[in-house]
Amino acid sequence: MIQIISLLVENKPGALMRITGLLTARNYNIESLTVARTLDPDLSRMSIAVDVDPKLRQQVVKQMNKLVNVLQASDLTDGPAVARELVLLRVRTAIENRTAVLKEAEIFGARVVDSSTEGFVLEATGDAEKLDTFVDLMRAYGEIEVTRSGVVAVTLENKKLRLSPPVPAPSSGVVYEGEEEAAAAAVDGVLR
Amino acid sequence: MAQTISGQQATQGPLLSGAQILLECLAREGVDCMFGYPGGVTIPLYDAMYSNPLKHILVRHEQNAAFAAQGYARATGKVGVCCATSGPGATNLVTGLVDAMMDSIPIVALTGQVSTSLIGSDAFQEADTFGITRSATKHNFMVQNVKDLAQVIHEAFYLAASGRPGPVLVDIPKDVFQGHTHYKPVDEIHLPGYKVFSEGHTGQIRRAAQMIWDAKRPYVVGGGGIVLANAAKEFTELVETIDAPTVTTLLGLGGISTGHPNFISMPGMHGSYAANMGLHGCDLIIALGIRFDDRVTGKLAAFAPHAKVIHIDIDPAEISKNRLADLPIVGDLKRVLPKLIREVKDLKATEHGKNYQARVDWWKQIRSWKEEHPLEPKTSTTEIKPQQLMVEIDKISGGEAIVAVDVGQHQMWAAQFINFHHPRLWLCSGGLGSMGFGLPSAMGAQMALPDKLVFAICGDGGFQMSLPELATLVNNGLNVKIIVMNNGYLGMVRQWQELFYNNRLSSVELCSFPDPAMLAGAYGFKGRTVESPLDLPAALKEAVEYNGPYLLNVKVTPNENVFPMVPAGGAHNEMVLGPPKPVSVA
Repeated sequence: MIQIISLLVENKPGALMRITGLLTARNYNIESLTVARTLDPDLSRMSIAVDVDPKLRQQVVKQMNKLVNVLQASDLTDGPAVARELVLLRVRTAIENRTAVLKEAEIFGARVVDSSTEGFVLEATGDAEKLDTFVDLMRAYGEIEVTRSGVVAVTLENKKLRLSPPVPAPSSGVVYEGEEEAAAAAVDGVLR
Repeated sequence: MAQTISGQQATQGPLLSGAQILLECLAREGVDCMFGYPGGVTIPLYDAMYSNPLKHILVRHEQNAAFAAQGYARATGKVGVCCATSGPGATNLVTGLVDAMMDSIPIVALTGQVSTSLIGSDAFQEADTFGITRSATKHNFMVQNVKDLAQVIHEAFYLAASGRPGPVLVDIPKDVFQGHTHYKPVDEIHLPGYKVFSEGHTGQIRRAAQMIWDAKRPYVVGGGGIVLANAAKEFTELVETIDAPTVTTLLGLGGISTGHPNFISMPGMHGSYAANMGLHGCDLIIALGIRFDDRVTGKLAAFAPHAKVIHIDIDPAEISKNRLADLPIVGDLKRVLPKLIREVKDLKATEHGKNYQARVDWWKQIRSWKEEHPLEPKTSTTEIKPQQLMVEIDKISGGEAIVAVDVGQHQMWAAQFINFHHPRLWLCSGGLGSMGFGLPSAMGAQMALPDKLVFAICGDGGFQMSLPELATLVNNGLNVKIIVMNNGYLGMVRQWQELFYNNRLSSVELCSFPDPAMLAGAYGFKGRTVESPLDLPAALKEAVEYNGPYLLNVKVTPNENVFPMVPAGGAHNEMVLGPPKPVSVA
């Protein structure tokens, strides 16, 4: 089944390679991946959809959390989260169908971003199923070409991000505040 | 160090080249020796080394530099360091890195890279080391600017040694070695995404103690994590406190003295009957620093079918990866075990009597399994049985010598019959199973501990993979005692072909082996062959007493197989106890 993982990652060379490499090495197939900077230019947010056996879902997130460049990996598949995707669709359609195409676009909340005598370029957002339906429908009006962004997701939970202290002192006997909870949470693969 | 020119620069630190800074950093990390091989782009580094006290051991192949660094790390617990040039030098390191990754061994690998201006131009000896070693390391770095070098080196050592240890590679372009900057020692770590959980959850530890007393047939399984965490003392104390039968995995050998009355043996594919039946019959596994490897569990679905599992490990990803943990604790064994011992002791007064009789019966059962099918060496007076060889080595070692092994049959026999009274004596490529590991890792251990007796026990196959390192032994006065268990075969593969492939022996005969006296003689030390069991003790004594490295070629029964054996994918109660026909003991 498709699992949606949201990652907060240090914006460093090779960070993307580490994540995709991890997925390949453990035989998980990437359905889509999006990445862009966050408000903090040193960090990037990635949304990854992976096709994975439900039994292995926690394992994927735990492995992600082990990567040194990953600040936080969380599984948004079941949690309260909003997931959206964008599609750019070019449809070549006959003059007599133009009104119908526009009507359908309106139903799906799609915008026209380019119009020519040959047809339109439409922009639609939504969840994956809605976009699938939209694409299928447009096919009826003529030859289409489709580019999809892959899913982007945001959690609705207010998760605290706990970073390692700047100079961790292993075996010094100092217990960092919250380490206990973090360790317990790490077992579930989620940093709370 | 370069002279400081002005007061301004004095506060900024002296102006040094990247190569000099690297050496300063290594000294600061406590590195006293490094295994490596120079090449085009690392010449600036080697030039700086010329007038630096750091000891550099020139190996004969980069793979062996990584193995030697591992031997150093495994024997001491300190971070081992290896160094290679760009391109082929770096790619030759890869096996040693993956090996360290699989067994969680802390090493830092330094590789040269072509100058930043040439990267991506397919320059001479350019390889994408950063990309190639991504999955071979715990983490890797490429240093783009000499100003970042000190920070990266400090972080590399920190990453290698902390948490679940592992290999870290730092790729350094030539112009970074040559560039200059003001050097200031670095103490801070900036790794915001790096998470280490060391303390363990107090509530979970308390619940674990209760589970331990609730169990009627508890069973302790210690892994490589015991050794890595330097927690052998705590581990032994826990075992004694709960008085449970105890096994250690291949990498955990020495985590508790193999002579300890609670210790049974190694479990798994070539573990003893009692060790495996114990796993099959227990109702609680206390799993400490293990990862439930397939060579230990056999058929996972049939593994320890009656047991609940307490799993303590520093890596959250190991929890419930293979076997579901009923009670997980994420933490450093060195810190968690004392807490667990305290909780177990606190409950002892009230809980000890509860399952007392059941536990007495459990021990009786374990003892009867041990007596039923003990791990006994085969002996002969006409030919040297490989098991007998290991017993003779064990007699000399007395549980105190360092034993580095290769991979295959000899490795399993050594694990079965050689005792280890302390951790860090047994150097073994467990996870990756890299042939050629024995000799170079013995070399690294001997370098770290010059006064220690170090054996490299190799098969005739694996020995020939790392044979060029004989020169390194001689050059550096490393008196490793090489014992080649020579059966003329790639024995483990032959064993499988015999047992599971209708005896169709395909490419497993090693038709020739160099004359050991001539081979060792060519390098300037001594070697000989021994064929009779009557001569074996004296030959081993001679090897150990000889002042220098020694190559002892021991001709053993060619067709001997390792038993007991849990066939790959089999369950523990389906052990094959010995030839000729598989006997089910279910």
